[in-house]
Amino acid sequence: MASNSKTLRSPLQIARGLGSAKHGTEHWWHQRVTAIALVPLTIWFVFGVIRHLGADHAAFVAWLQSPFSALMMVLTAVVTFHHAQAGLQVVIEDYVHNEMAKILSILAVKALCFVLGAACVIAVLKISFGA
Amino acid sequence: MVEFNLPANSKVGVGKTINAASGAKRAKTFKIYRWSPDDGQNPRVDTYVVDLDKFGPMILDAIIYIKNNIDSTLTFRRSCREGICGSCAMNIDGTNTLACLKAIEEVKGDVKIYPLPHMPVVKDLVPDLKHIYAQLASIKPWLQSQSPAPSRERLQSPEDRAKLDGLYECILCFCCSTSCPSYWWNGDRYLGPSILLQAYRWIVDSRDEMTGERLDNLEDPFRLYRCHTIMNCTKACPKGLNPAKAIAEIKKLMVQRR
Repeated sequence: MASNSKTLRSPLQIARGLGSAKHGTEHWWHQRVTAIALVPLTIWFVFGVIRHLGADHAAFVAWLQSPFSALMMVLTAVVTFHHAQAGLQVVIEDYVHNEMAKILSILAVKALCFVLGAACVIAVLKISFGA
Repeated sequence: MVEFNLPANSKVGVGKTINAASGAKRAKTFKIYRWSPDDGQNPRVDTYVVDLDKFGPMILDAIIYIKNNIDSTLTFRRSCREGICGSCAMNIDGTNTLACLKAIEEVKGDVKIYPLPHMPVVKDLVPDLKHIYAQLASIKPWLQSQSPAPSRERLQSPEDRAKLDGLYECILCFCCSTSCPSYWWNGDRYLGPSILLQAYRWIVDSRDEMTGERLDNLEDPFRLYRCHTIMNCTKACPKGLNPAKAIAEIKKLMVQRR
């Protein structure tokens, strides 16, 4: 654990490090709340798709155009990608120990989730308002 | 990035075999991790075949017998031999536990003994605990108060005292922390289950007046939130404590005070 460059520092200096970030609770809490929200949203989504097995494009669009379906689909997309970026950030923090690689991969994951989430919302709105 | 290559010393070779059980009715094989900082060699696993009728029933009895009678270079920590000092924590038969509380007959087949996982090794079964002791010191495991020192004992109701049950029994053997994958990967910053259980022992103590500061000190993505409820800590604890629950209680208090 302790590398050679650290051997002249006291163990307590290393353990105390840069101090507490006084942060992290919100991230942890958001991950729990979005996980719970995803239970009904995912069930709705899966049943919605199963119900349209074999249906044609027009039937699916008609279903997605209803205000309730559009609302649920937007919520599903936003919550899914919010949950995904929060969870992937934790995975990267766990396993990537090079500071630069860690920051870059977290930023890339967040950007990707943000773009995909926004694209889903725009797609749903476009169908919903029939543009 | 992720480290795929293990350090040179993690390649463990095959060591010597000593059969000290000729004519024994009950022979048992012990395979023990050996590494010395002095000879420049990679670690090896030495095999000792011993007669179970020559010593007591616990793993600790066996390794004390091996050190006294077969190989005096075998190095390990031990003191109380009754599960209260925490010195003889090691990885036995794939699980972190205390050698003095683990019965030899609980182990089917050969008994494999390694030092606590993922800690620097000082020699043989002795891990370097410098960092984890420093982490313990960093959470200030003593009573802190703001009000002037009383002229008599600080009183505590029986209900408040009961909240310390399941926490005060921890003997700091570190079987839990060294069984935790999060502590393996991020032990430099993550405090680990043993230290967080100690932290909670003072957070929940009704006589301590620095609860908020203690929580401040823990509120950190690495110090506390590397716990992903893997539960290896609770499974490993040779004293039957539940560090995972203590950590969950800390997380609940973090949300409660927002």
